[in-house]
This record gives sequence, structure tokens and C-alpha cells, in this order.
Amino acid sequence: MEVPHSAGTGVAYRRYLRRKWLVLAVLAVLLAASCIASAYAGSSGISPLEILRSLFGGGTEQSRTILWNVRTPRIATGVGVGFALAMTGCVMQSVLRNPLASASTLGVSQGASFGAAAAIVFLGAGVQTASGSGGAVSVTDPGLVTLCAFLGGVATTAVILLLSRIGGASPSTIVLSGVAVSSLFTGATALVQYFADDVTVSSVVYWTFGSLGRAGWDQIGLIFFLCLGAFLYFFLNRWNYNALESGSAAAKSLGVHVDALTLVSLVVCALVTAVSVAFVGCINFIGLLSPHMVRRFVGNDYRFLLPCSALAGAVLMLWADIASRVVIPPTVLPIGAITSFLGAPVFLYILFQGGRRP
Amino acid sequence: MMEVQDLSFSYRCGREILRDISFSAPTGSCLAVLGNNGAGKSTLLKCFSHLLRPRSGRVLVDGEDLVAMSFAQAARTVALVSQSAQPSRLTVYDAVLLGRRPYLKWDFTAADRSLAEEALSALGLEEMALRYVDQLSGGEQQKVQLARALVQQPRVLLLDEPTSSLDLRGQYEVLSLVKRLCRERDITAVVVIHDLNLALRFCDRFLLLHGGTVYAHGDASVVSPRAIREVYGMEAAVRQVDGVPMVVPALA
Repeated sequence: MEVPHSAGTGVAYRRYLRRKWLVLAVLAVLLAASCIASAYAGSSGISPLEILRSLFGGGTEQSRTILWNVRTPRIATGVGVGFALAMTGCVMQSVLRNPLASASTLGVSQGASFGAAAAIVFLGAGVQTASGSGGAVSVTDPGLVTLCAFLGGVATTAVILLLSRIGGASPSTIVLSGVAVSSLFTGATALVQYFADDVTVSSVVYWTFGSLGRAGWDQIGLIFFLCLGAFLYFFLNRWNYNALESGSAAAKSLGVHVDALTLVSLVVCALVTAVSVAFVGCINFIGLLSPHMVRRFVGNDYRFLLPCSALAGAVLMLWADIASRVVIPPTVLPIGAITSFLGAPVFLYILFQGGRRP
Repeated sequence: MMEVQDLSFSYRCGREILRDISFSAPTGSCLAVLGNNGAGKSTLLKCFSHLLRPRSGRVLVDGEDLVAMSFAQAARTVALVSQSAQPSRLTVYDAVLLGRRPYLKWDFTAADRSLAEEALSALGLEEMALRYVDQLSGGEQQKVQLARALVQQPRVLLLDEPTSSLDLRGQYEVLSLVKRLCRERDITAVVVIHDLNLALRFCDRFLLLHGGTVYAHGDASVVSPRAIREVYGMEAAVRQVDGVPMVVPALA
């Protein structure tokens, strides 16, 4: 039987799209499973059954308290921040045409981190709280911390953007400038600590490691709200990012306003990164890792790459957090250290591939 | 109808690349832009496709000024097949579908997809519709670009060396297709091409550039031994072979 060619192509394409949807669905299931695993994992020794009971209003008073006041905010923070960092990494890799780009490899996180530290130490936006493990710092003025973090992030973005525009900097050059910028900001953060009093220093140091246990529901709400807005903007531009895959000249000839797209995308990335960093500290490499993990399955099609990266980022974040809690119980290791252990080898792998996009 | 009036271009504080370019090309015709290396051919195409902004002059397509259009509007009017596009990790199908980007509202419609499928079939790309573009050969990638440009439904089709990566058969196939489609769909094609014989075979109008200005403009008689001597700096004869003029360079 002779099938008309174009109809055959259409059918095959729809089948291909269904496979991509399947990848997305698998990741969503994986995320749900990771949430449950994260609710169970920890040092309190509550059984999975107890967790499930507490979830639906049963269980003991103690298990309900742990679930709703300790575990759930932690999971929500992990999902929100993982989503945010992965999504921004994905978009930065597109608009900067650079496979090594992400908030932490380019120094945007470190810039934001410096801004937040400065706000806490100099502008009195945070106080030391006696409760909580290790003396966490409570952000008393989240607006001010976020604003300063945003300014730090945007400053770094501006530098990176400038460097990527002038002199036709290669992908490795941009990443090396990112290294320079981030060590500059790390140094600046150290200086800020040097001039602060002991109590504040201990809290800022603790805070720069990154932890999912600090954000309250207000802050979680803000992260989710921003993530949703940013995702909507990015997703509306999914075909523009696809067009950029053939180079900026090709994108322009397809009617994409490349300069505006790059600028707005990077500012949105800086904002989302700044908010995550302001509330959970510096968590490296999630933005670099997640897009590369899912590219194998969905290619560079941003229709699928964006949501898949975001989900993968949330999954990664939850498992990094689980690892940080179960490796040496009851000590909670800094999550930033865990993600760095995961991310650094991948970073080197991509670098030695010659910076090619896989 | 495409009409270019006194177009000039120079890079900021640089020397003038194009000076007072004027010509016209009737709808459905195929115009060859010829000239030696560095004559400004590619720059001219970039000025037509919004990649560069001319310093002065107008580019009228059916009476509308291209330079004043928005990006999206220009992309609905002019499509570019360039030499410099980077191979992307998108399926051939999606890469061709991207040609509908200038018409995109929220998502591509069934009509957009059927246009893409039609273009895939016209260029014989159906077999590789679901392969990634970066896994194709150079010639196949050029065909993908051409399919995408057709899907843009432009009034002017700009082709920068469209046959540079194609083999003999591919060159004739692609240029015949361009010529046929331009006639059928009332598209004006502007082709930058180095191969004078391919140009003479498939194009009906000729624009000869030399040093950033128009040396000659008109029908095939533009490509004369004298013009070749003055533009390319070499001796050549023009012979008729089966009714088609052919340039035969003289060996030094």
C-alpha cells in the first residue's frame, strides 16, 4: 500500500512527539517519587507508612509536626530552587550559545551571594537566631536581601554579556571570565565577613554553604511565584531559543529580536537566581547539570528541554538534599558541597569535549 | 517586484562597502548577484535580510520599504538561505517548521505543519525528517535551509551560495526547484553565486558588482568577455552550447 509521503511524515512526527512527552512524564513521576523519598529520609526515624498517614491528617502529633513544619517546607524549597536553577541554566546556555553557561559557572550566583551577604552584614537585613541547627541566620528583611542579591547578579550578568559581545569571546573565554568574576565576588564576600562582628560572620559563613532548611513559607511562595512567571516567559520564547540554535543571524532572519531576547532572558535569569541564592545560599552546578542530563533524550528542542531540565533540576536537588541528610546522620552536610561533587566532573567532561554542545 | 534605490552601506567608521546600488527585479524572476571576492555580494544580502542596516537608500518589495519593517514583518517578506548557519540539534522537521516562526502566535497550527511537510517532500527530505540537522551532510543541511525558507512564504528569497555544498546533481536539482517555485509562487529570487555557468543556466537577470558598486545590470548579455576581464581580471570567452551561454576561461 502506498501511503502519501507527507501524511507519513506527519504521523512519524506525532509519534516522535509522543516519545518526548513520555520523557517529560517519566521525569514528573520521578519528581513525585523523590518528594516522597525526601519526606521519609532523615534522622527522625519515622516510617514511610507513618509519613503517608500524617500526610492525610492521621499519625501522631510529632510525626505531623515533623512532616508539615520540617520536611514539607524543605521539599518545597528544594523543588522550587532546583526548578529555578535548572531553568536558568538551560536558558543561559541558549542565549549565550555556550554549553558551560549556568548561574554558578558564570559567577551570577556568587555575585548574588555577595549582594545578599552585604545586605545582611552592612544593611542589617538579617539576625542570628538561637534556635535551629548551627545557628542559622534569619532574614528579617527578605525584600532588601533579594534586592541586593539581584543587583549583584545583574552586575555579573552585565560583565558576562559585555565580554561575550566584544572581541568575539569563545565559549571557554566566557567561562574563564566567569571564574575570574566569581572569585572576585568570593573575595568581596570574604572582605564583608572580615569587617563584620563574630556572630554575623558565623551566620554568613554558614549561609554561603547553602541549605534548604532556611526558607519559610513566605519565601517559598515568592520563589514559586517568580519561577512560574519566569517559566512562562521562557516557554513563550521556546521557538525563539530553537531558532537561536542555528546562530543569531539565522534567528534574526526568522524574525527573532535576538538582542532584546538575550538581554531580557539574562535579566530574568539573574532575578530568579538572585531570589534562590538569597533564600538558600549558593548551590552550584544544578543549572549546568540538569540541561545536559536531559539533552540526551530530547535534543536541543526547547519545547521539551525547558520543562524537562526544570523537572530534572528539582529531582537532582531533592536527591542532593537527601544525600546531605543521610550520609553522616544526624549531621546535615551543606548541600552546596554535595552538588559540587556531582557537578565538577561533569563540568570538566564538557570542557574537555572542547566546549561542543552535545 | 523588488526595487533597490541608491543603497549604500558602511561599517561604523569604516570604508564604504556598498555605494549607490540601484536595480530592480521583476516578480518571479531569478536574479544572479555576481562579482569577485570582496565585491560586497554577501553584504548586499545582509542588508536585504535585516542583518545589517543600510546607511542610506531604500529596498522596496511590492512598494513597501523593507528597511522600515519590523523583524517579524521583514521575515514574512524576505527569507534567507545563508552559508553561515550553524547545524543545530533539532530534528529536520522542527528546523523546517521554524520557518513559520514569523507567523507564530502561541503554537504552530496544523496548517503550519502541513506547509512544513509539503516543503520536506518538495526537497526530498522526508526520509530524514526525524534526524537531527547536525547529523546531516553539508548538502542536506543546505536543503533543510531552503525548505525552511520556502515555509516562510516570502516574496523575496535570498540565497547565499545555495549550491556550495551540493554535488553536480544536487546543484541542478536545487536551482531548478528554486526557479520553478519562484515562477509558480511569484517569489523573486536573489542568488549570490560564484559559478557563472550555473548562473547563466538558471537565472534570468544579472547584477554584476565590482568594488561595491554596480558594474552592470540586465540580462545574460551582461556576462561578456569584457565584463569578466574587468571584474574578475581574467580572459574568458562566452560560447553558446545548446542555446545556453557558457563562460570558458582562457588558460594563461
